[in-house]
Amino acid sequence: MSAIQIIPIEWYLWLSAALFSIGVLGVLFRRNAIVILMSVELMLNAVNLLLAAFSTFHGDPRGQVFVFFIMAVAAAEVAVGLAILVMIYRNTKTTDVGFLNRLKW
Amino acid sequence: MEDWTVTHILFLVLSAVALLSALMVVLQSNPIRNVLLLIICFFSIAGHYVLLNAQFLAAVHVIVYAGAIMVLFLFVVMLLNLNKETEPKRPAWEKIIAVTAGGIFFVTLVGALKGADTLMRNTSDKAVYAGDMKIENIGLVESLGKVLFSDFLVPFELSSILFLSAMVGAVMLGKKNIK
Repeated sequence: MSAIQIIPIEWYLWLSAALFSIGVLGVLFRRNAIVILMSVELMLNAVNLLLAAFSTFHGDPRGQVFVFFIMAVAAAEVAVGLAILVMIYRNTKTTDVGFLNRLKW
Repeated sequence: MEDWTVTHILFLVLSAVALLSALMVVLQSNPIRNVLLLIICFFSIAGHYVLLNAQFLAAVHVIVYAGAIMVLFLFVVMLLNLNKETEPKRPAWEKIIAVTAGGIFFVTLVGALKGADTLMRNTSDKAVYAGDMKIENIGLVESLGKVLFSDFLVPFELSSILFLSAMVGAVMLGKKNIK
């Protein structure tokens, strides 16, 4: 017995939409580049949760395999992103994204 | 909803924990607390995976996110000695605009997905791929391994190349002086 037979799929839809919106809010709300990367992780997780829910809903394991690939890409992204952040911090002594505005129009 | 089962209550509790901790990640201004709250959020999402009968996914999620990614975040926050005093602040008008934009995004998402449930109800009945697997067992290692190493073999091998290039990139970026 899986939760998908008891809980309506829309509940997962609203939960994932709310988590994704909180991630978007985090990207817009904070200036610390590490917290912005964490908010991106939150958005990826909202999508992962919805993919897993739909995978169980349709009885199709391919959706869960997609979640694995998203996790792999997220891990690679975090490793490179944090390396870039550490390099930026070494040069500028800050993680404030407002400081790095030379590429802004 | 006329009959509330344990699954409903578990879903609601896990969702409440996930949403509250996610919201606190955004609102708390101490980076260490942000990381720890995000770990709580990821654990409650792992609970959701267990509820969905995706046990292997839940295990991988805990190992990859709580065990690898968040430890990396925690290391970087501690390495750079970030705390509440060094936390950069946005001015109030930017915060107001951020909250407004996030709220409008959420309302747009809800509005776009509102009519989708009837559409899904009509298409869901015949879409069963599991084959000889029982529908409860699609989240186990056996069924996922079969799909991963037959239908998704090329993407699987490509992801190993992605990891190799990410590793090389991270090491190169971390070096003190690149020639």
